[in-house]
Amino acid sequence: MQTVRTQRKPLVNDVFSPLPLYRSAPALEVRLEDFELFAMDRLRVLKGISDGLSRGKRAEEMVKLEKDLWTKNMRQPHPSEDLNKDIISHFVLRLVYCRTEDLRKWFLSMETALFRYRFGQKTPEVQRALMAEFGLSYKAVSNSEFESVKDKLVQVERSIGQKDVPTAGAIFYKVPFEEVPELVASRRVFILKGHAYIAANQVVSLVATQFRSHLSKALILTNRKWTSTIREQENDRLSPIVEALSTSYLGPDYSQPKGFSEISVKDIEALAKSSFPLCMRHLFDKLKEDHHLKHGGRMQLGLFLKVVSHGIFWHHCPMLQAGLILGVGLKLDDALSFWKTEFSQKVGAERFDKEYAYGIRHNYGREGKRTDYTPYSCQKIISSTPSVGDHHGCPYRHFRLLFGSKSYPSGCIKWYQSHAPSSGTNVSEGAACGLGPHIGSKGEGRGGDGGEENLRAALSKMGVNSRAMEDVMDKVQNRHYQLACTLTFEAVHGASCDSGINHPNQYFSDSQKILQAKNHSNAA
Amino acid sequence: MTREEVEAVVDEMEIDGVEQREGNAVPEGFNANYLKVYYGKLFPHADMFKWMSYGNDGKHLGCDHSYFGRREFSFTLDNDIYLRFQSFNSVSELENSIREKCPVKIDIGPVYSVDPAKRRAYAQTGDNVFTPVERELIFDIDITDYDDVRYCCSGADVCLDCWPLMTVAIKVIDTALRDDFGFNHILWVFSGRRGVHCWVCDEKARRLTNEQRAAIADYFRVYKGNENSQKKVSLIGLALHPFLARSYTEVLRNFFETKLLSSQNLFSSEERYEKILDLIPDESVASELRGKWQDNRRSSNSKDDISVTRWEQLKHLLQSGNKKAQGLRRCVEEIVFSYTYPRLDMEVSKHMNHLLKAPFCVHPKTGRVCVPIDPSQCEEFDPTTVPTLSQLLEELNIGGMKADADNDWDRTSLGKSIRFFRTSFLQPLLKSCKEDIENSYSAKLQHSKNSISW
Repeated sequence: MQTVRTQRKPLVNDVFSPLPLYRSAPALEVRLEDFELFAMDRLRVLKGISDGLSRGKRAEEMVKLEKDLWTKNMRQPHPSEDLNKDIISHFVLRLVYCRTEDLRKWFLSMETALFRYRFGQKTPEVQRALMAEFGLSYKAVSNSEFESVKDKLVQVERSIGQKDVPTAGAIFYKVPFEEVPELVASRRVFILKGHAYIAANQVVSLVATQFRSHLSKALILTNRKWTSTIREQENDRLSPIVEALSTSYLGPDYSQPKGFSEISVKDIEALAKSSFPLCMRHLFDKLKEDHHLKHGGRMQLGLFLKVVSHGIFWHHCPMLQAGLILGVGLKLDDALSFWKTEFSQKVGAERFDKEYAYGIRHNYGREGKRTDYTPYSCQKIISSTPSVGDHHGCPYRHFRLLFGSKSYPSGCIKWYQSHAPSSGTNVSEGAACGLGPHIGSKGEGRGGDGGEENLRAALSKMGVNSRAMEDVMDKVQNRHYQLACTLTFEAVHGASCDSGINHPNQYFSDSQKILQAKNHSNAA
Repeated sequence: MTREEVEAVVDEMEIDGVEQREGNAVPEGFNANYLKVYYGKLFPHADMFKWMSYGNDGKHLGCDHSYFGRREFSFTLDNDIYLRFQSFNSVSELENSIREKCPVKIDIGPVYSVDPAKRRAYAQTGDNVFTPVERELIFDIDITDYDDVRYCCSGADVCLDCWPLMTVAIKVIDTALRDDFGFNHILWVFSGRRGVHCWVCDEKARRLTNEQRAAIADYFRVYKGNENSQKKVSLIGLALHPFLARSYTEVLRNFFETKLLSSQNLFSSEERYEKILDLIPDESVASELRGKWQDNRRSSNSKDDISVTRWEQLKHLLQSGNKKAQGLRRCVEEIVFSYTYPRLDMEVSKHMNHLLKAPFCVHPKTGRVCVPIDPSQCEEFDPTTVPTLSQLLEELNIGGMKADADNDWDRTSLGKSIRFFRTSFLQPLLKSCKEDIENSYSAKLQHSKNSISW
């Protein structure tokens, strides 16, 4: 891509395609302002999608959200320029987001979600053309083969709540199961001897997988080019823009908690009571109770507690919320002594030193591949998959099973199934796959849900009064876990939290700010 | 080492001193000296090498001779020293190192892009060339994850009443791996104490990406929710997915009704049946049953097992005509799934770079050898009669006097396991590896011919 300064030249593109696959960087000339502005606009779209997903929006809500975001940010005065903006902004962000594993992962997920939505909007003809462009030329399953597996196909359709059951005329493709991992993961296809039978409306999944894998490889290559040549060459021109873009935060502006102090072991207990969000409070309590936490819990709580140095963190944070998210502030030595105090009561000091200390040093980047791990965001915690004996995860989501009570509007099954396996990418799956109604809702009459009781008990322990409790539970019912956490924050602190809770460490630092302000005013 | 690996390693590292048991010529348990003999005389080094070479140790021009040498082995030594990234270029290097270091545990990792022992040299180039490229698809099922549904044992203990849960897991997963995913070369191994490991070794399986591995693991995942969610299995939709339906009708239902109900006495006390009633979403049905069972102490006059009787009552009520609501019908299946469906350690399967204990290791705590399990005969497998280290040494002592067998292991009860490993797993695997190598080689030749001939 060539970059020219201000003077305006007509943008040319010779490969007209309604939905670009971004296979190779276009030979376009881009004005330097556009380079940055276009990228910012696309970033707003991706960030919007990311927020929507982390708020647990339903598939059809996501479709609307994506449509709005795209129309608002990506439309140019002249429709003929839309495609150029689309392509340019994508390639600029590739450059911005190729540079670390976390950044790549985030970009990959959001771009795939966006692609999936846009593919879903196309006509079958255009979709077929796009498939061909990817080299996906599958033959439809023959009539006789269809008849032989028809019963199973019907069974699958019924199991995922499709209204129309496949008939003789229905088109199915037979593909190696590896090519549709997300359909396999959510058991939305029939698989026989290594082949998945996918329905015409599931093709989006096949294409999105291709899109994702191409982009994933491309990002690695871009990263190599960036580190080996581009960064150096563009030292005076593009590099500063690229560097700045990945740390620019597009949401409300938070002041940087630079003077945030470190804490010591003895403070933790008090801080846990006053300023930990429920997920961390729960882990902390369980640790005190059992003197043990399984791996997932050790990671979630351990990273929350640790100190993060500004410099390292800025480059790692995919949420672009630099400055906002910091660990609570426990240094490695203190962390070791904190965990040891608890664990040694159960497993003995010697075993702790042998078996667990490594993991803690690892979290601090002192072992293994020496990555200084960053604390988990709400999105990551919500999408985690805790299992028996685990205490990590988001209490608002994981204390109770999603379908435990109330009837759920259509689409939520898909959301849960595709969201649960933790990769953010399959989330908008339902969008293009003709969601059926929620079948088998055992909504009414399900009495006392043990999980719900647990959650209520935990909330009241935090000091949430009964009125606020109902508001929190209402958000939980509607799967707005971060909003539920935000309401909890407000109820506990008696102060509003307009920005919403996006990160456990944000909860902590916001809480501390409020408490310190209160202390000051009391002292004065 | 990734975090998961640390965890995996940590969980297995419970090494105690030698336990003594009376009445046995060779004292029961585990010690370094026995282990030396075991590695010297019994451990099938050559078979392990053949397996991990996947045909690349042959003379065929298509063989990749660097293949075995790029495989990571990890040793846990007696003094808890943990050696990662060991690699070997030949069977003798492998054997010598094992004999010399005498590891209490050997773990097998992925095949990397370059020799893992030289990873630091490659790291200097900064280009991240050191990355896993192949790895068997693996599964780890551990009986401790079933503690909420078994009353006979807990934690690491296992007995013949709860072991069948593992048998069920093997059947369900093995059938799906073969029939659904089309894999053929599958090895099931007793983990030495409380669970089973599964190695899927087809070429296609070894080359799966992490995402594809996660997809398969998720395909198998029914059990959701954490400690605090009360209902852990939720089956939705008008029908069960064919895989779940088959598992239910062919394995789970029958096992639950004819075995588990009475072996675990699932309804025998209030506490136990309340746990099941909790899974019924309709409070009126639950209280109707509760009412029946609370006054129904006299049912001892019946010869039938009380758990079986109560289960029939529950089923009858949930499935009777006026309780047509789909959710309630599904509830019977949910209960069966909650109590019997395999619980996988998902993280183990999802990533290429997870380590897994090698077959034929000796479990340091139980002294039992991690022997293969024949999935077609898995009901017959009895974890309490698996040969122990001391038993094998004793057999070796006795057999030593006869000394007419070709192999030392042939004289011991390990012989059966090694023969099974060879005939049912290794030989068919190597045969298809050979074909794969020849095919891809001739395809390559063809390709280069074509590109020259134009």
